[in-house]
Amino acid sequence: MSQTTPLAKPAAPRTVIEVGQPRGFLAAEVIEKSGTDLNRCYQCHACANGCPFIRAMDYPPNLVLRLLQFGMREEVLRCKTIWICVGCHTCSSQCPMGIDMAAVMDTLRLMAVEEGVAIAKPNILDFHEEVLRSLERYGRAHKLGIMWRYKVKTRRWLSDLDVGLKMLAKRKLDLRPSRVQAQEEIGDLFKCYWRESK
Amino acid sequence: MSLHHQIDFSYFPGCSMATTAAEANMSLMQSAKILGLNLIELSDWNCCGSSSAQTMCKNLSLGMAARNLSLAPAGRPLVAMCPRCLHYLRHAKVCLKKDPETHRSLEERWGRPINLDLKIMHFMEVLVRFGLDRLKQSAKRSLTGLKFVPYYGCAVFRPPDLEKEKYYQGEMEDILVALGAEPIIGAYTHRCCGSFLSATDPEIVTPLVNEIIDSAVAAKAHCLVTACAMCQLNLEIRCTSRERLPVFHFSEVLALALGAKDYEEWFVRHLVDPRPLLQNLALVA
Repeated sequence: MSQTTPLAKPAAPRTVIEVGQPRGFLAAEVIEKSGTDLNRCYQCHACANGCPFIRAMDYPPNLVLRLLQFGMREEVLRCKTIWICVGCHTCSSQCPMGIDMAAVMDTLRLMAVEEGVAIAKPNILDFHEEVLRSLERYGRAHKLGIMWRYKVKTRRWLSDLDVGLKMLAKRKLDLRPSRVQAQEEIGDLFKCYWRESK
Repeated sequence: MSLHHQIDFSYFPGCSMATTAAEANMSLMQSAKILGLNLIELSDWNCCGSSSAQTMCKNLSLGMAARNLSLAPAGRPLVAMCPRCLHYLRHAKVCLKKDPETHRSLEERWGRPINLDLKIMHFMEVLVRFGLDRLKQSAKRSLTGLKFVPYYGCAVFRPPDLEKEKYYQGEMEDILVALGAEPIIGAYTHRCCGSFLSATDPEIVTPLVNEIIDSAVAAKAHCLVTACAMCQLNLEIRCTSRERLPVFHFSEVLALALGAKDYEEWFVRHLVDPRPLLQNLALVA
């Protein structure tokens, strides 16, 4: 994890800004998909100042909006920030212009996956997929199963073993999933899910 | 048994309350029973969708939350305890109001009406609206001496879409102060707990959780009380600070004050044992 302050120093210093698409094109696409007018942003940095996760991000949220306005598609879709954002809405609550930053981040994650760009935090994508696999199968989250499969996928066996064992000892991880009776209704919902989830 | 006439509510537990935070659910059901608030579990409920569905597919996220709305019988409010579930359920209602076509198609798909006038409330809101008199009459143990940080995490933050919805800023203090406890507000009460990053990137979450706990220690609190079950878990499992504090679910403290007796069952599930603190204050034997 980078400990540098993104506000002071962007991840990769660059001298030339190459504008990938006509200015406004990418921003317009994201505005349409997210339903939030990010062009209202006047770079006050309220979102960045409030974000609890800023230290783990490569671009502060306001800079993500700026990159969108500059049409820098790859930069935005490949950045860590969109995956680190957990959607806590601290920024949305603080934004003086009422920009729904979390909706922008949701949109960008989806675009990143749909366009098949390199995902900056593949383990987070893996985690979300495991949660969805559990939801598809049971209709509810079975945490032990999710964590087990996540471990298999990311091969991070030893990290966090102590926490996992403590949770098991405290009976916080149920061995058996609780499940929805009307499985066909749940399965049906997953038909819109864009990816082969098997 | 309850002294009060019963008021019926549909209750949406959600995955955390149903499993990892079973102690929160047990104490909530105890409290509700004592107060005569009849929480009727939504039949065959499913996960609200959570951040993962929201991240991967908006239609899926909407569909999962909306199915729960379709299961709620008319004539009684739908109550959630998990702030995130509340958020996704409310969000689905707002989306369907704006999108009558999807509303109709989901109703046809399930053959059930989705009532968009359904009241969706947080349990704290229920308490404040229906339960304040009942609280006073039913309190058995005074919480006097208990200094707590009301930890909301991100629970009261919301997107602009939901800004007109009622939230429960300050209600945790209102309720627990009425029961004798003393709120400590000089700590990080509204700092996100790290959510799913706790599972994927603990090294990001640990320093944040430590800051939250350290701030509570510095403010001389005895404990933190959380509005959200996931926050409770993250604050417990990710804290590496030298000095640690017990972290309660709101419903546990409430149920204690109301005289619940099965607290041993909840507290053995905590990673930081809260019993020494409660014994010191003579709240439990």
